[in-house]
Amino acid sequence: MAALRVVATTGSGRTLLNAAKCTHTHKAQMSFASLPKGKKVALTTLGVLTTGGIGLALALQQSVKASDLELHPPNYPWSHNGMVSSLDHASIRRGYQVYKQVCSACHSMEYLAFRNLVGVSHTEAEVKAIAEEIEVVDGPDDSGEMFTRPGKLSDYFPKPYPNPEAARVANNGALPPDLSYIVNARHGGEDYVFSLLTGYCDPPAGVSVREGLYYNPYFPGQAIGMAPPIYNEVLEYEDGTPATMSQVAKDVCTFLRWAAEPEHDQRKRMGLKLLMGSAILIPLVYYMKRHRWSVLKSRKIAYRPPK
Amino acid sequence: MALAKSVYNLLFRRTSTFAITIMCGAIVFERVFDQAGDTLFEQINRGKLWKHIKHNYEEAEEE
Ligand code: HEC
Repeated sequence: MAALRVVATTGSGRTLLNAAKCTHTHKAQMSFASLPKGKKVALTTLGVLTTGGIGLALALQQSVKASDLELHPPNYPWSHNGMVSSLDHASIRRGYQVYKQVCSACHSMEYLAFRNLVGVSHTEAEVKAIAEEIEVVDGPDDSGEMFTRPGKLSDYFPKPYPNPEAARVANNGALPPDLSYIVNARHGGEDYVFSLLTGYCDPPAGVSVREGLYYNPYFPGQAIGMAPPIYNEVLEYEDGTPATMSQVAKDVCTFLRWAAEPEHDQRKRMGLKLLMGSAILIPLVYYMKRHRWSVLKSRKIAYRPPK
Repeated sequence: MALAKSVYNLLFRRTSTFAITIMCGAIVFERVFDQAGDTLFEQINRGKLWKHIKHNYEEAEEE
């Protein structure tokens, strides 16, 4: 090691090299290349075995998942799939109509208030009119009585059943889950919900489904307590879009995605700005790195073995 | 180079004008960058945002 000298200029290097002449040197035993052949083979084998073992373990771990019985949903090309693609707000609006006219008969969305719709899918005046349609128990008033009043913007969506027990009794013992965060609460998100809604079919030969349950290959266990909720023309859209089954399912899924992730559009807007900022910063930082390193990179390193 | 020199003499030479230049520059850059980002986002998502469809619902009420 003593023989190795870093030399910045030949002038001062000359003296250093001369000084090194009298020092004792020995062979450095540090690199792979300098190992004896037997050790090289042993190390290489060890490396290959370790890598192969990890790969095999990962592959086995993957194949365990393949033993699931349920059908996994395909990836649908949602218009909000892209890195900077926003939700389709016309679709959210139709989806709210589907929820209100179909799903809300059984499913609550207790974390959504009417005010959340303002500026997303409806105007303030429209939402006020929608909210006024429901009756809300409020109170107590001056005499200690509860009273009902028309809903207002700050009220949360009404629930179809007063409590989970009542919901179970009305649905053959199955509890319709709250839909506020359902696409985040299920694997596959909106792909799963879309497949579930459109995936009802006759059970295959030999499979019998209990009374009050329905066969759905996408539902874990294949027998679901929800009757097929949508079909062609289940409702009539106010904007005139043909209400085919897949259109209805797509709109309600877009609405549910928005409900579970109201910050979705803002998040992607900020992501886009982050990318724009990085496009300016990364070249600058790269240039700075090259600049700082130019001194080190243009140094001359000389090795003169002692005679 | 003449431009760089006059910019330096006019703005960057003295600490007081330098600080003011940086602050004003930050504000201007922020606004331009933000608006450019918003415009780009709205261009990419043309027709999907509430901004692009709300006229369908607002005009009907004001009539
Ligand atoms: C007739 C009442 C009823 C209607 C209407 C209804 N559902 Fe359901 N839904 C249920 C019940 C009951 C369950 C629970 C099923 C179970 O656990 O077996 C359920 C479960 C679900 C689930 C959860 C499935 C899971 O993986 O656990 C989703 C998602 C769902 N419904 C979405 C919808 C949507 C969207 C609509 C409107 C298009 C809708 N439902 C309309 C009764 C209903």
